[in-house]
Amino acid sequence: MISTSSLSRKMNPLPFLARSFGSPINILITVVFAGILFFALPPLVRWAITDAAFFPAIPETCKSASGACWSFVIAKHSQILFGIYPDGERWRPLLVCALLIGMLIYSVRPSAWSKRLAWVWAGGLGLSWWLMGGGIGLANVESDLWGGLPVTLILTVVAIGLGFPTAILLALARRSKLPVIRLLATLFIEMTRALPLLSILFIASIMLPLMLPEEILPDKFFRALIALYLFASAYLSEVIRGGLQAIPKGQFEAGEAIGLSFAQLQAKIILPQAINVVIPALTNTIIVMIKNTSLVLVVGLFDLISSGKAALADPEWSSPSIETYLFITLIYFILCFGFSRFADRMEQRAKAPVK
Amino acid sequence: MTDDNSAPAVTLSNVEKHFGSFQALRSVNLDVARGERIVICGPSGSGKSTLIRCINQLEQHEAGEIRVNGREVGSEPAQLEAIRREVGMVFQSFNLFPHLTILENCALAPIWVKKLPKADAEAKAMALLERVRIPDQAHKRPGQLSGGQQQRVAIARALCMEPSIMLFDEPTSALDPEMVKEVLDVMLGLADDGMTMLVVTHEMGFARQAANRVIFMDQGEILESAPPDQFFANPQHERTKTFLGQILH
Ligand SMILES: Nc1ncnc2c1ncn2[C@@H]1O[C@H](COP(=O)(O)OP(=O)(O)OP(=O)(O)O)[C@@H](O)[C@H]1O
Ligand SMILES: [Mg+2]
Repeated sequence: MISTSSLSRKMNPLPFLARSFGSPINILITVVFAGILFFALPPLVRWAITDAAFFPAIPETCKSASGACWSFVIAKHSQILFGIYPDGERWRPLLVCALLIGMLIYSVRPSAWSKRLAWVWAGGLGLSWWLMGGGIGLANVESDLWGGLPVTLILTVVAIGLGFPTAILLALARRSKLPVIRLLATLFIEMTRALPLLSILFIASIMLPLMLPEEILPDKFFRALIALYLFASAYLSEVIRGGLQAIPKGQFEAGEAIGLSFAQLQAKIILPQAINVVIPALTNTIIVMIKNTSLVLVVGLFDLISSGKAALADPEWSSPSIETYLFITLIYFILCFGFSRFADRMEQRAKAPVK
Repeated sequence: MTDDNSAPAVTLSNVEKHFGSFQALRSVNLDVARGERIVICGPSGSGKSTLIRCINQLEQHEAGEIRVNGREVGSEPAQLEAIRREVGMVFQSFNLFPHLTILENCALAPIWVKKLPKADAEAKAMALLERVRIPDQAHKRPGQLSGGQQQRVAIARALCMEPSIMLFDEPTSALDPEMVKEVLDVMLGLADDGMTMLVVTHEMGFARQAANRVIFMDQGEILESAPPDQFFANPQHERTKTFLGQILH
């Protein structure tokens, strides 16, 4: 907020009050917002809680209520979360979501970062793939039938998880002394950034089938995944390159002088510092990528938003779309906010004088 | 080619270096015997840093030959690896790794380059930190140390690789006056132990006390080279006299 004068500093024992009423402008802002809250809050509470319909989760409950129709979300949560995945098999995507979220939380602790973590992820993703797609003891479920939260999670985790190391290589390649490598990296990054994600998705899902023979054509899900991965790599690599540029020449020289190889120098000295510098920008890009996964609906994949939309099509219900989208918003919020808290911790860790 | 035990520590023959069209080194010749301590001085821009940076190939020379312990120095990966095991370097601006603790700064190269087990590398690092008299700072980050302490850590970090030759590029010129002595004391200790040292510095007290030879450079050339007594009492060149007049007041 607007910081003012010595007045607010003098009133330090009451910082909140001091900031709220410390100057005429702050008083005005405080009054306006209090007014908005005063008028908006009661009807909101009435709509969302007191007048809302919850149980039993059937269409009739909503018809008699004047507030929000949460019964719909309660009744349809499984379809919103898992899309058109076959009814009896929905424990599988549920398990995949739990597995992926569990692995994410496990990976957040720096003490878990080791070679073993890479194996945990390789195993976890392989297991997810089997659970989602079936085979070996499970009924086959084509990726056309996958939908909802697991699709959003898999796309995000794989696109960013593979995109991040690729981005590091691209950023290094773009600074390489070898002109050919530099040119190729620059070309890839600039072309990918020049295209909107939508057109990359269209190219991957509509043009590729025209160009590639049927046998080697990856399925729709894979094609979208590759498009997201390429997009994430290009954007993340420019952020990382910005960080690399901030590292003083003396760091390279000191590393070389004690005999580190190029790879060791980058891995131990340069990249850790470069990434620390750009944590806020990386967070931003990754959060945009998390939300970008919803664009796969244009190429016919059922991410969280499209499966919510599909659930709303049920004629038995009065299509409570606000409630449904609020529910989806909440899930996105948890994902993005969770990530941004993680990034915040990383930033604190980088700034902390001692580990 | 292997190390030749009878060869001088460093030999430079007709070494040339350009930056673009600017010639930074002009046919430099220099022999440094094992255990010899050389102080290099000269006006700003005379090529002192360039000279010692060519020895460990932070700069690549274009003509002439450099040998370290008899082995030719060049930019091939195998050559680079060999030189950097033999030659340690200390920079004017310390260049410690700010994201690592003091101990990690020192143990990094032994672990990754020499492939020592972590415990051994850390024990070695601790021993050297004791030698430069800052073992109690081992678990801090460089940013929490004073300049003099940081420079002593930088010396310990270089020593951890057990080099036979140490290069110093103005190790005390970024320090507040009261910290210069603590760094020079560590360097004097190294000299006493018989380390081969090439030191770019304007600390003439150090030159008098520790150097076997003082070298004066000007415009990319070695103009004068003499034992300290002779160098200070009886400089041969006009430019050396002018320079000494300036720095000794
Ligand atoms: N990377 C570089 N690119 C272009 N010119 C350079 C580069 N490094 C050094 N020079 C030039 O080469 C000359 C010698 O530089 P050098 O750093 O060796 O001088 P110096 O004797 O160490 O001087 P100082 O006492 O200022 O450190 C200077 O004129 C400098 O401008
Ligand atoms: Mg210099």
